[in-house]
Amino acid sequence: MTFINYAAKEINCKIVYYGPGLGGKTTNLQYIYNKTAPDRKGKMISLATEADRTLFFDFLPLDLGSIRGFTTRFHLYTVPGQVFYDASRKLILKGVDGVIFVADSQRERMEANVESIRNLESNLRDHGFDLKTVPSALQFNKRDLPNAMPVDEMYRMLNYKREPTFEAVAVQGVGVFDTLKAVAKQILVELRKR
Amino acid sequence: MEVVFEPEFRRLEDALKRLRQDANAKAVFLIDKNGQHIAAAGETEEFDSTSLASLTAGNVAATDGLAKLIGEREFSVLFHEGQRDHIHISIVARRAILLVIFDERSSLGLVRLRVKRASVELKKVFDEMDRKAIPEEGVTEPSPFSEITDEDIDALFSE
Ligand SMILES: Nc1nc2c(ncn2[C@@H]2O[C@H](COP(=O)(O)OP(=O)(O)OP(=O)(O)O)[C@@H](O)[C@H]2O)c(=O)[nH]1
Ligand SMILES: [Mg+2]
Repeated sequence: MTFINYAAKEINCKIVYYGPGLGGKTTNLQYIYNKTAPDRKGKMISLATEADRTLFFDFLPLDLGSIRGFTTRFHLYTVPGQVFYDASRKLILKGVDGVIFVADSQRERMEANVESIRNLESNLRDHGFDLKTVPSALQFNKRDLPNAMPVDEMYRMLNYKREPTFEAVAVQGVGVFDTLKAVAKQILVELRKR
Repeated sequence: MEVVFEPEFRRLEDALKRLRQDANAKAVFLIDKNGQHIAAAGETEEFDSTSLASLTAGNVAATDGLAKLIGEREFSVLFHEGQRDHIHISIVARRAILLVIFDERSSLGLVRLRVKRASVELKKVFDEMDRKAIPEEGVTEPSPFSEITDEDIDALFSE
């Protein structure tokens, strides 16, 4: 839920990275964290297992500068992708303004991608949101792997509403900021409509 | 969309200042249930308020989930006891979280008592915010964001 503070002149928005386990959600945040100037970011918090799998969430506050005199802040969250963490995943979606779906391009992960989109749709619905109208983008990650499925084939399987779609190699940062921008823009455009 | 205007923001801050003083607390924070920092009072520089807000909201969300699992509506208060500093977390007006950090200069009993009183005041302010959120007939306040241009948005990312 966009939070506008007229006294402090701040706009705060929440973006959630969603997708199957090991798809690269945390890697997206880590890259953004590493490439952002210190005065533009807060601490990155990762609640993870010993094996570096997200347990509850990752959190990264980003300051994108000001718009019409208001400091624009984006709070980036990732969900835990492993199927059995569904209760936690649902909690993170609370008050979301935009969603980035990180799909794993490996052919053998397509079923997991599809299942995760369905899960996103249903968890959003439980919060009263409709994936059809929530600002969102689709990221095809791990394009560097030899078993990556062709993009058009993936698009046919995963595109939900012709949302902006990006090819990415999150470990190298390819496509990471483009995906974030696409959703941030949609959120700000929504703000204009109100 | 949650919107806070200047007068309500000041009232929230005043209530927090009073609570900090009355409860002899180190710092108090008011946090939106979605993890956004709203306002604070006391020795706030000592703490990372953004991280605090996100983790507190996560903590409350997880505890709410637990409550529902066992058939409770919510656990209204959480208390974490440390070696030096302790944390008292409670829900205000069903949508915000009040976090009080205190040490041996105060006590759980005192904090609990003062939080109760402050919550009543804070709830009044939230109710006022809700009233303001419903636009009055014929009065359409222009939002400063209705004029945002594509250039404004692009500029955010080019810096
Ligand atoms: N080859 C390759 N590996 C990647 C890429 N992006 C992420 N990885 C690797 O994939 C593994 C999982 O990445 P994470 O970012 O932890 O995945 P996640 O989506 O956060 O996983 P969960 O926390 O379990 O939901 C890590 O070993 C990453 O280094 C990529 O673009 N290419
Ligand atoms: Mg992760």
